[in-house]
Amino acid sequence: MRFNTDLFEFLKQKALWVRQETLKIHKIAPETRLASSLSDVEIFVVLYYGGILNFNSKDIHWQERDRFIISKGHGAISLYPILANLGFFSKEELKNVCKEDSMLGSIPDNIPGFETINGSLGHGLGVGCGMALALKRKKIKAKVFILSGDGELNEGSVWEAIMFASHHKLDNIILIIDNNKMSMLGYQKDILDLEPLEEKFNVFNWESKVINGHDMEELYLALNHFKKNKSKQPMVLIANTQKGKGVSQLENDPLCHIKSLKEDEIDNILKELK
Amino acid sequence: MNNIPIKTMRDALIEQIFDKMHKNEAIFFLSADFGAPALDALKEKFKDRFINVGIAEQNLINLSTGLALEGFIVYAYGIAPFLAMRAYEQIRINLSLSAQIKEINVNLIGVGTGVSYDVSGPTHHCLEDITIIRSLPTFIVFSPSDWILSEKFVDFSINIQKPKYIRLDGKPLPPIYNKIENFNLENGFYELVQGEQICLVSTGYMTHKALKIAKDLHGGNIGVIDVFLLKPIKEDLLFDSLKKYKFIVTLEEAFMNKGGLDSLMLNILKNKNSSIKLKNLGFKDEYIFESGGRNYLHKLNHLDEINIIKTIEECK
Repeated sequence: MRFNTDLFEFLKQKALWVRQETLKIHKIAPETRLASSLSDVEIFVVLYYGGILNFNSKDIHWQERDRFIISKGHGAISLYPILANLGFFSKEELKNVCKEDSMLGSIPDNIPGFETINGSLGHGLGVGCGMALALKRKKIKAKVFILSGDGELNEGSVWEAIMFASHHKLDNIILIIDNNKMSMLGYQKDILDLEPLEEKFNVFNWESKVINGHDMEELYLALNHFKKNKSKQPMVLIANTQKGKGVSQLENDPLCHIKSLKEDEIDNILKELK
Repeated sequence: MNNIPIKTMRDALIEQIFDKMHKNEAIFFLSADFGAPALDALKEKFKDRFINVGIAEQNLINLSTGLALEGFIVYAYGIAPFLAMRAYEQIRINLSLSAQIKEINVNLIGVGTGVSYDVSGPTHHCLEDITIIRSLPTFIVFSPSDWILSEKFVDFSINIQKPKYIRLDGKPLPPIYNKIENFNLENGFYELVQGEQICLVSTGYMTHKALKIAKDLHGGNIGVIDVFLLKPIKEDLLFDSLKKYKFIVTLEEAFMNKGGLDSLMLNILKNKNSSIKLKNLGFKDEYIFESGGRNYLHKLNHLDEINIIKTIEECK
């Protein structure tokens, strides 16, 4: 698939729809982390609708599938509508998020389409490295994608895995960092400054690329490049994003992580969202 | 049978895994930069299935999880206190929690339980592992008293798709189970000495001490039950062996009254409405900064032979 105007329009419409659906979920389940689930919308859309990820929603254990680990589990409410739309589970489930006996909680765990247990930060990359080793051993050409938050990089276990991945030349690893520059209580630069982030990965022998994580074309081209990459290094895509993207009440609010919106606010946003 | 050697549990275990790796290509062996004489051959022969992950226990567990989710059988090897406690959240989430919904065959091999690393001090003593790993759903906890049991763990572990923790003593020890045939590993315990009235119930290293005391008190009719499977427990079966006794003395290199072997036995007695009395011996609720060998550390905690015998006498 080439990136052209048609694909761009298609992905743009999908992103708008995902934001709308995410807000609707938040309306019935205010416990969900809305702002964190809005910074990664374009990442999910390009992966699932841009032909990047190989998946089979009717056979979730298909051996040749790309593995996708969502390490920032709390920020994956926006993935629920996508997975339902693609047939991983029934769309009816979206109406019951956080309700009694629902499969979908505020953090995804045992849900078709999710490879691992999520919710505690700093585990995804290490588990992904284990999967990457396994795929190489099984001679399966699929990739292991991991979505991590930037705040998550504070966890020491992530750096154990960063060292491991490059030492073992795990070139089937694609780490995507949703770099929204905030964690729960404020800006990363004020808490534990991660910059210069790309340089850090480079000195750990990772191939890297920094892009605007809301720009469909940049995401599409970078991820396609990584999929075909022959550099024998693990790859990191630092996607600069904005927490709460698309909702002015959340954007630039340092405490947006824990902010819930009221029902009437959500109704108004849904009318204005473009 | 007199030629059965004194051996470390880890060497026996690794030799057995090495043997299995020739036939079973699904086995990986990961180490957190920790060795054993028997590991050298394995490392050399299976370069692609042995990985030294470095001094990184958290990543050791996460890598093992990723491999196991893809269907591999993993042995993850390290120093017991660091494996069980440095990586506890990785163990809890990626192994225990995940195993409730997926098949995961990861076998944690912790070396140096109790005070087998006596002179290395409290960072290397491992007196909490029974309690904390037993508290995890889906986990199997195996605590062998000799290298023969340790070796037998391998066959047992390959076919059970669950996370397991095998806690090994760090020191070479003589065999116990060389003269015992036809015992069932899955029963989880074995009555090594049939006694009357008083029974020593022990796990790991302390079983050697229990056997010595039962022998020294010849004519005292002291029974010895070695409990090597600390989770799950076959409660009915174990109680069948216990019920002929009036007193039980539990012996373990673990903190007392905190969910170790003592708690496990008390629980059985409670569930069975039993009138058997129990006295527990183990480590006090404090870390040991005094340097010294194992016997000295035992003495500080009334786990030396004289004190154990005194406790037995008090039961009479």
